[in-house]
Amino acid sequence: MLLGKVFTKPEKASIYWNLIIDEIYELGIGSLGITAIISMFMGAVITIQTAANIDGSWVPAYTIGYTTREAVIKEFSPTIIALILAGKIGSNIASKIGSMRVTEQIDALVIMGVNAPGYLILPKIVAAVFILPFLVIISMFLGVGSGYLVSLYSGLVDPSQYIQGITYDFIPFSITYALIKTLFFAFAITSIPAYHGFYTSGGALEVGKSSTQAVVNSSIVVLLINYIITQLLLI
Amino acid sequence: MIEIRNIKKSFGDKEVLKDISCVFDKGKTNLLIGASGSGKTTITKCIVGLHEVDAGEILYSGKNFSTMNQKERKEIRKEIGFMFQGSALFDSLSVEDNIKFPMQMFSKQTAKEMLDRCNYCLDRVGMPGTNKLFPSELSGGMKKRVGIARAIAMNPKYLFCDEPNSGLDPQTSIVIDDLIKGITVEFDITTIVVTHDMNSVIEIGDKIFFLYKGEKSWEGTNKEILKTEVDQVKRFVYASKFINEIIK
Repeated sequence: MLLGKVFTKPEKASIYWNLIIDEIYELGIGSLGITAIISMFMGAVITIQTAANIDGSWVPAYTIGYTTREAVIKEFSPTIIALILAGKIGSNIASKIGSMRVTEQIDALVIMGVNAPGYLILPKIVAAVFILPFLVIISMFLGVGSGYLVSLYSGLVDPSQYIQGITYDFIPFSITYALIKTLFFAFAITSIPAYHGFYTSGGALEVGKSSTQAVVNSSIVVLLINYIITQLLLI
Repeated sequence: MIEIRNIKKSFGDKEVLKDISCVFDKGKTNLLIGASGSGKTTITKCIVGLHEVDAGEILYSGKNFSTMNQKERKEIRKEIGFMFQGSALFDSLSVEDNIKFPMQMFSKQTAKEMLDRCNYCLDRVGMPGTNKLFPSELSGGMKKRVGIARAIAMNPKYLFCDEPNSGLDPQTSIVIDDLIKGITVEFDITTIVVTHDMNSVIEIGDKIFFLYKGEKSWEGTNKEILKTEVDQVKRFVYASKFINEIIK
């Protein structure tokens, strides 16, 4: 029912457009730092772990680059970034909307005749669905790139073999698969916290509870979506 | 004019409003008074549609609000100004943007016209030049005044004020009361004030409705309330030792 109200025709498109731009900045650009840090360490650690596991075995060295690429693109960048952002964005959305609920700001919107769910939630969903794929693509480059840096400076794998690995048997559909997942994740990590925030009742304590519940539920839904889409698209 | 007829509202097993009927006159400050939990805020929220009534009718200038669809209600709501107990200003917006908000959403005014209207409203509530401040930078009294400025921004026909004096010092309370009274007369609007402040009752109570345990137990003017023989109203009016001393 809430989603039905979220997706009704906006009162004034120009205002919603400005809100979407603000949300893109807040949810997307504001998450660039944490995305970059996590992606770089993630790629570096996958490279080191793979190198350590195949060390001395018959497995060719380019497998290190191959494994890093596959792990980062198919799983780590979309899913781990979505889980991290479920915490960062999810708690932000739930607490912001929850605070507006308990301080009667949402009632004020309703009395003015504004479609409160549309005004508060739609720009967040649209912004996240738009910007998260870009974050994930950046994350992919940084993850794979940091693996290359490891190969350059750690001596665990020859850089040329790493490059050979990341280009070996590349299937572009992997990116499509990751981006499809990302769109669903983006929807989940904005709509679920928004729901929890919107139906908060009580005071500051309940806002905190809603925020926690939002992060837990959206994280579980991200994992569930991940399983279902992987089953549907890769099998 | 707003009229409510035989309104009933329950939350679960608890009956909060029991068959209440009132007529709130245009150009007058209509006060809903009573002890905490008597149903004052609930009745107001029912009138503006934040709560749905279980039975009864709500009429805005003769139009039945209870039977309207969402689109029709939206049109009525554009004629409503509401000042909340906690002001309910949007934290992320400046004073100016708070006041301009309903105009930006629903009017076709130019940016200059909106700014002029915003400045007029701020002047009217005695807060010129505070456009760029944020709600977190305002005192309780200032927030209430900005709340009133936002409520009158769209030239409402109906103004609701929920506990406008709560948490304010006596002097600021008088300023707010005078403001509400002045706006009501100046714009000839129907104003409903929810309060339990006896000063407001005496100062601005053109028409007073006393609620007791979800029922309307008395109705009259600010002059009549001091002479009433209804027991629960007398207990409410003379609860303050200060007022008793003055009357003695």
